Amino acid sequence: MYEEISRNKRNSFILVAVFIAGVILLGYILGEAAGFGPIAVVFAFIFAAVFALTGYFKGDKIVLAVSRAKPAAREQYPQLYNVTEELTIASGLPMPALYVIPDDNAPNAFATGRDPAHSSIAVTTALLNRLNRAELQGVLAHELSHVGDYDILFATLIGILVGTVAMLSDFFLRYMFWTGGGRRRSRSSSNSSSGGGGIIMVVAIILAILAPLFALIIQLAVSRQREYLADANAALMTRYPEGLASALEKISRSPGEMKAANRATEHLYIVSPIKNLRDREQKKKSLFSTHPPVADRIRRLREMAGENGQLAAT
Amino acid sequence: MLWILVAIVALVLLWAISAYNGLVRLRQRVKNAWSQIDVQLKRRYDLIPNLVETCKGYMKHEREVLENVTKARAEAISAKGGAAEQAKAENALSQTLRSLFAVAENYPQLRANENMLKLQEELTTTENRIAFARQHYNEQVMKLNTKTEVFPTNLIAAAFSFEKKDFFEVELAAEKEPVKVSF
Repeated sequence: MYEEISRNKRNSFILVAVFIAGVILLGYILGEAAGFGPIAVVFAFIFAAVFALTGYFKGDKIVLAVSRAKPAAREQYPQLYNVTEELTIASGLPMPALYVIPDDNAPNAFATGRDPAHSSIAVTTALLNRLNRAELQGVLAHELSHVGDYDILFATLIGILVGTVAMLSDFFLRYMFWTGGGRRRSRSSSNSSSGGGGIIMVVAIILAILAPLFALIIQLAVSRQREYLADANAALMTRYPEGLASALEKISRSPGEMKAANRATEHLYIVSPIKNLRDREQKKKSLFSTHPPVADRIRRLREMAGENGQLAAT
Repeated sequence: MLWILVAIVALVLLWAISAYNGLVRLRQRVKNAWSQIDVQLKRRYDLIPNLVETCKGYMKHEREVLENVTKARAEAISAKGGAAEQAKAENALSQTLRSLFAVAENYPQLRANENMLKLQEELTTTENRIAFARQHYNEQVMKLNTKTEVFPTNLIAAAFSFEKKDFFEVELAAEKEPVKVSF
């Protein structure tokens, strides 16, 4: 566990360093191309630093807002609070802030934050409605072990830094595709904006080339091993692997797709919220999937449980 | 030559200090973990009179079950031994509560009572908290006991009379299962 924590902290640091270096490099190339000179590098550094700091300190809030999560009121969700508090006793972790995503179709959950003292767990209303107490306990234990391992720090930074760039590339790709013909006409009428248009074109091309690379980085970085580990930790925490196994079964069988999930946040969820990704994961361990196949996770949990369905208490 | 000797003594001293501090920290954690259990046990004592009161109105013919719960609660409160003693009394209380809920299943009106539903969730969470607090306590006790036994920290432990602690044992196999009070 301590190894996991230090690995996640180290990876987060490397990620931020690479991100800042990458943006500075981009600023340098663009600055040279557009003739702004070294001032572009300074701007690029400030932009990257602000972006990274925002990702570190406000990344959890951004992820929660993007996922349309609302703070859960204790009076309205007493059981959610009770189950989480039980698990904080079991794990010795501080109580995370609890959020609910109003989505009655897709049962799912994720954790975010920069450390255990600043952590949040969000669950969908469908999860609360469909899971029984033991299953909810399993899911929350899985999320709490991501919190304890500092997986949340790295995953949130990946979502903010790489996910945003990946989405921007998508956007530019579509932008170029749809406006490629129309732009020429508008440029002929107003020549003044041609310099700015040139820079945008360069950025767009660079991003377009990098887009699949970024997507791959997300998938490589968010190792599937983490999910297995969080499952195992959850089983150890609750001493009842069957709860999580049965929850995973319910979640993966639910046909509903989450509206509030996207490419930048997909890897945070306990089971991939994007349906075609999930289907692919069901079949085989695809190179591009962020989550291990659910069936495999369930099998491992049930193996842990053994014959009588419970772990030996230590 | 003298310097080497001084260095060795200093190193040993440094190690002894850190080993001692480590033991103190563990003992503190065990104490903390125990008080966590205590908090949850009190929470359960406080819920029981309310539960008995709510059930009384419905369960006319099951006086004995209710009396058993009340009696077990009183015994658990007055149990003033170590962890082993306390565990025994608490396990007995858990047992009576379980039979109370089993009997309550036969009373549909009681099952629908809103107060009862709330109490049930409260008791379930308290049972779980006790179980997890106990789990946490036992983990800390195991760490402390290991430290007091293994060489070389056992030298420090013996010199400053650190004692091994009792585990909070679970006697019944049923206790290990999560409490499922489903109506």
